[in-house]
Amino acid sequence: MAYVIAEPCIGQKDNSCVEVCPVDCIHPTPDEPGYDAVEHLHIDPEECIDCDACVEACPVDAVFAGDQVPDEMQRFIQINADYFKAS
Amino acid sequence: MTDTAPLRAAIVGAGPSGFYAAGQLLAVADPQFAVDLYDRLPTPYGLVRSGVAPDHPKIKSVTKAYDKTTEHERFRFFGHVELGGDITRRQLLDHYHVVLYTLGTSIDKRLGIPGEDLRGSHAATEFVAWYNGHPDHSGLEVDLQARQVVVVGAGNVAIDVARMLALAPSELAVTDTADHAIEVLEASNIEEITILARRGPLQAAFTNPELLEMGVLERADVEVVEGELDELSAVALEEADKTRRRNVEILRDYAARPKTGKPLTVRFRFLASPVELLGDDNGRVRGVRVERNAIVARDDGSLAARGTGAYDEIPAQLVFRSIGYTGKPIGDIPFDERRGLIHNEGGRVTHTDGTHHVGEYVSGWIKRGPSGVIGTNKKDSQDTVTKILEDVAAGRINQPASDDIDALIAESAPQAVTWDGWRAIDAIETAAGEASATGRPRVKLTDWGALREAARGMSWRT
Repeated sequence: MAYVIAEPCIGQKDNSCVEVCPVDCIHPTPDEPGYDAVEHLHIDPEECIDCDACVEACPVDAVFAGDQVPDEMQRFIQINADYFKAS
Repeated sequence: MTDTAPLRAAIVGAGPSGFYAAGQLLAVADPQFAVDLYDRLPTPYGLVRSGVAPDHPKIKSVTKAYDKTTEHERFRFFGHVELGGDITRRQLLDHYHVVLYTLGTSIDKRLGIPGEDLRGSHAATEFVAWYNGHPDHSGLEVDLQARQVVVVGAGNVAIDVARMLALAPSELAVTDTADHAIEVLEASNIEEITILARRGPLQAAFTNPELLEMGVLERADVEVVEGELDELSAVALEEADKTRRRNVEILRDYAARPKTGKPLTVRFRFLASPVELLGDDNGRVRGVRVERNAIVARDDGSLAARGTGAYDEIPAQLVFRSIGYTGKPIGDIPFDERRGLIHNEGGRVTHTDGTHHVGEYVSGWIKRGPSGVIGTNKKDSQDTVTKILEDVAAGRINQPASDDIDALIAESAPQAVTWDGWRAIDAIETAAGEASATGRPRVKLTDWGALREAARGMSWRT
């Protein structure tokens, strides 16, 4: 079902999730190109193992399990997935 | 410094913390490290293999990240080598610049109440290790003719135990649960499982996905007893983190659900502490006497449980305790008895007077205690690696007398299983899984002899 980073991350990019992601599936990381250009971070749905670490780490409650995304943030499911198709 | 020989690091414990630290040290460009990852078992991955529940294959797939680390040319695995048994702390310090303990916390906390040693009373850790095929626990005798079970504790391990007991045979058949456990679990007579928490729903340490899973089990209805928030918790709810708030919501939903007539009931009972396990004439547990609790505020504002003096009994023929873990002291490595961890400050192993024992570090549960999810250990290991790099830069570094690790292994641990040895075990297990009627991910080798045999030809000696 994969986890999704949504609206509250915009302008935050706190990176606590990157530090705890056990499979390094959250991008871009601060040392990757394009980091400054993105508004928020993304979870690679192909790599995510649904472990919940990012949810617990996020200081702004921006991460949701795929089936728990609030209605008004549903578009972020596609936004997260699309980020990895482009790259 | 890149033109000099790499610094040698021994990491003891091939669970998540050990693998993260290995990957992080190997990623450092200057100075370079060569990493030898040791484990007591011939198999790697620690609690990912022997702790994470077998019906969570996606979580177990975290090992793909660890396998990448093993491809590094300066990485070696030495399985089936026990610190304090085959090799000593002194020997490691004589051969490595950095010795990092990622041993985990393997000892379960006891309830400390009468009746705890009755037959039918188990540590949840033993049961978890048993269904996961850990070779030290494959002989555990669990009597699932019991009809009622109590699991003491309010964390994910308690939920795992309850869920594994509630799985339908068809749900089990597609997992890598140990064969001996599938046989016993399939024949289970259990009708009622009570998860017993001394505090309330807001204080429970479940993660949301684990709690949500209890609501969608094929064979079990959920029920909540004493799930209403007390006044103090109701106030604290406002300030609580998202995971805790969501836990309360999920439990409220469970409390409102009607029973649907499934053969099993999983009951969350809050605000009660076990005070005695009651036995029958044959020395078997027959029930748990509990004291009901109220939530009170401590001086520091945190919320605690306090007994009310009101008691009742929960019938149970099986009891699992899952109230936390502590580390096991090994040799003369400084041990903090109070916390049950290796004595350390931010990952540096310290003497009891607080001075750093140069060259020795810790990471993971043996450093901070058993908390968090797998990924928590990635950051934890990174914090320790940062300390190691600071110390190296400042010249606070262990100077080993010898660089002849081959001789160390040949003399002290010739039975060591290399990464190729593990791959041989892995190949046998996954082939057996593919050959199974239900396409299981693997069929685990669950005793020492079979593991040694599978790795034969791939051990250090050969």
